[in-house]
Amino acid sequence: MGNKTLDRREFLKIAGASVGGLLLTAGGAAAAESSKTGDGIKSVPNGYAMLYDATKCVGCRACQTACREANHTPPELDVTGNYDEPMDLSGDTWTLIKLYKDPSESSFVKKQCMHCIDPACVTACPLGALHITPEGAVAYHQDICFGCRYCMVACPFEVPRYQWRSVTPYIQKCDFCVSNGRLEHGETPACVVACPTGALKFGTRPELLSEAHERIKKETNTYVDHIFGEHEAGGTHALYLSAVPFEKLGFPKLNDTPYPAKITIPLDIGVPGIIVGMTTFATGTYFVTGRKEERTKKEETHDNDS
Amino acid sequence: MTTIVKPVNARRSISIPWGHIFLWILATLGAVVAVYRLFYGLGAATNLSDGRPWGLWISFDVVTGVALAAGGFTIGFIVKILHLKRFYPILRPTILTAFLGYVIAASSVVLDIGLPWRIWHPLVYQNFHSPMLEVALCVMTYTTVLALEVSDPFFEGMGWKSAKRVVEVFMIPLMVLGVVLSTMHQSSLGTLFVLASKRVFGLWKTGYLPLLFFISAVAVGLAMTILEANFAASAYDMDAEQDLLGDLGLYAAWVLLTYLVIKISTLVGSGGVRDLWSGGINNVLYFVEVIGGIILPMILLFIPSIRKSRKALFRTAWIVVLGVVLNRLDVSFFGFAGTPYIPTWMEWAINISMISAAILFYDFFVRHFPIFNNEH
Ligand code: SF4
Ligand code: SF4
Repeated sequence: MGNKTLDRREFLKIAGASVGGLLLTAGGAAAAESSKTGDGIKSVPNGYAMLYDATKCVGCRACQTACREANHTPPELDVTGNYDEPMDLSGDTWTLIKLYKDPSESSFVKKQCMHCIDPACVTACPLGALHITPEGAVAYHQDICFGCRYCMVACPFEVPRYQWRSVTPYIQKCDFCVSNGRLEHGETPACVVACPTGALKFGTRPELLSEAHERIKKETNTYVDHIFGEHEAGGTHALYLSAVPFEKLGFPKLNDTPYPAKITIPLDIGVPGIIVGMTTFATGTYFVTGRKEERTKKEETHDNDS
Repeated sequence: MTTIVKPVNARRSISIPWGHIFLWILATLGAVVAVYRLFYGLGAATNLSDGRPWGLWISFDVVTGVALAAGGFTIGFIVKILHLKRFYPILRPTILTAFLGYVIAASSVVLDIGLPWRIWHPLVYQNFHSPMLEVALCVMTYTTVLALEVSDPFFEGMGWKSAKRVVEVFMIPLMVLGVVLSTMHQSSLGTLFVLASKRVFGLWKTGYLPLLFFISAVAVGLAMTILEANFAASAYDMDAEQDLLGDLGLYAAWVLLTYLVIKISTLVGSGGVRDLWSGGINNVLYFVEVIGGIILPMILLFIPSIRKSRKALFRTAWIVVLGVVLNRLDVSFFGFAGTPYIPTWMEWAINISMISAAILFYDFFVRHFPIFNNEH
């Protein structure tokens, strides 16, 4: 797991500022300072990535089962109670092969966390429980999370899931096999190892991107001329090739701006601005109107109660 | 000096024990449900799901409730910072209700987060890029600030002179801090839905949500103050001073005008206009919100005769409040993408019980501490 730990000195600075009130400006400065360094938040654009080629996937679900084994997630039974057949990603299912089918075409698609380069969930998390590992994966500290579920609300791919039925629930999602230690030990994620057809491939993002481009160039008739995840929401570490348009596979239409970029102005400029501006404005107004009141008081003696 | 609410017979308690009993029953029921939620989890108590991670508690108690409690910082600014001392009589009641509003919001958060015993985590683990952290820290700090502000009449009532003197020294810095913190988190509540804009319906999807949330919080803060002065006047047998409330109404009209202009320009700017006629419930809600909740009360509040009539002003203030409530629910509830969701009776019970408890506390506090009949 990553090493996003709390910086106690920084906390004390902020806490002191919040409680003391008059030191608010110092709090703003500390906040601004930390926003520059903030580890676990910094994107790793050329980190490890996974390429899923839907045209090579035969829907055997070996990846799904391997994921269960590696991460110890219990099976989700269907109504008959005989099959491990989840309907969607869930607190127990971190990856899932779905089938898209219409009269003219069909395709499998692997659902999982996209491991965004600039993940909305990481920016959303107030506690830094979700973080970016040095490998570029988006992982989770369950000891830090307090369950506000803002990550679930903010993720444009609606990936993080919750253990709703538990009394001590945690966020659940694919973490590129970081929490089970595979990635750290130089092993590729369990699902990639399990894939018998080579539909899944693990490597660095630049490598996989150039390979994906190559495949499209070689087989222009097979593939849609688009690598999903190359630019979407600022780019992701899960990359997809497909013969069927991506909207049909359930991928959202997103533009290239990373979601966190949408709030840099209100947060990084707005908040310090409000702290400094409003403090000055309110204090200034207090003294100005106060003096005016003194003056009027001197001019006219007014009685106290009506 | 004119006062807004003149104590006519403040000591006469309201003679409706049935109301009290009813409120106590509701409050107790909610407490039982809260215990159930703690022991059986969110899945058992709520209809929330992976497709709908936030529900009634966040939309109503937090996003809407915090907006409705904006009266506290608005009136604090007017009285203590702008030195408009004639509004002093409604300062204490408004701050008391604001405090209770924040306590409701904070309690809802405690029940809503998956691991309530970790509610203190934002004090130790912090991601300063998260608008949620800002909301959490501001709400925590501001609730403390409001508690200190409420402690002034409390100490006064208890006759603890030295304690009161200490609080009084800090009153102005506390009010300034309250204004700063409120500006921060009222707007950050909007920022929450900018980062999560994928789920927000086109008509409300704009990067200016923080600004819009802040301005509408000021408008609703003024309207709530008018309402509270009226409630207090009728419940505790007092007179409301119409002139002063009318002035607040006029301020609210100008704030609404600003709000309207920015709201319309951001709609045009964000390209949300194309969603105007897309059909569906969200369009209706948008028109009701803008025409019924902003334009209508704004026009009414600009009319002097309306501001002079107690009834008309009271009703118009209600419209403003409902308009802002609708806006918050539009952004975070109705227009919020997700699987269909209807709150369970338990979610409602918690909600209603907290409001009941707040009313009981208010009633108790007002009758035992100098909230209305202060010597200023
Ligand atoms: S897909 Fe969602 S959960 Fe995964 S990294 Fe991106 S924002 Fe986070
Ligand atoms: S639910 Fe946990 S991981 Fe998700 S944003 Fe909240 S604290 Fe962070």
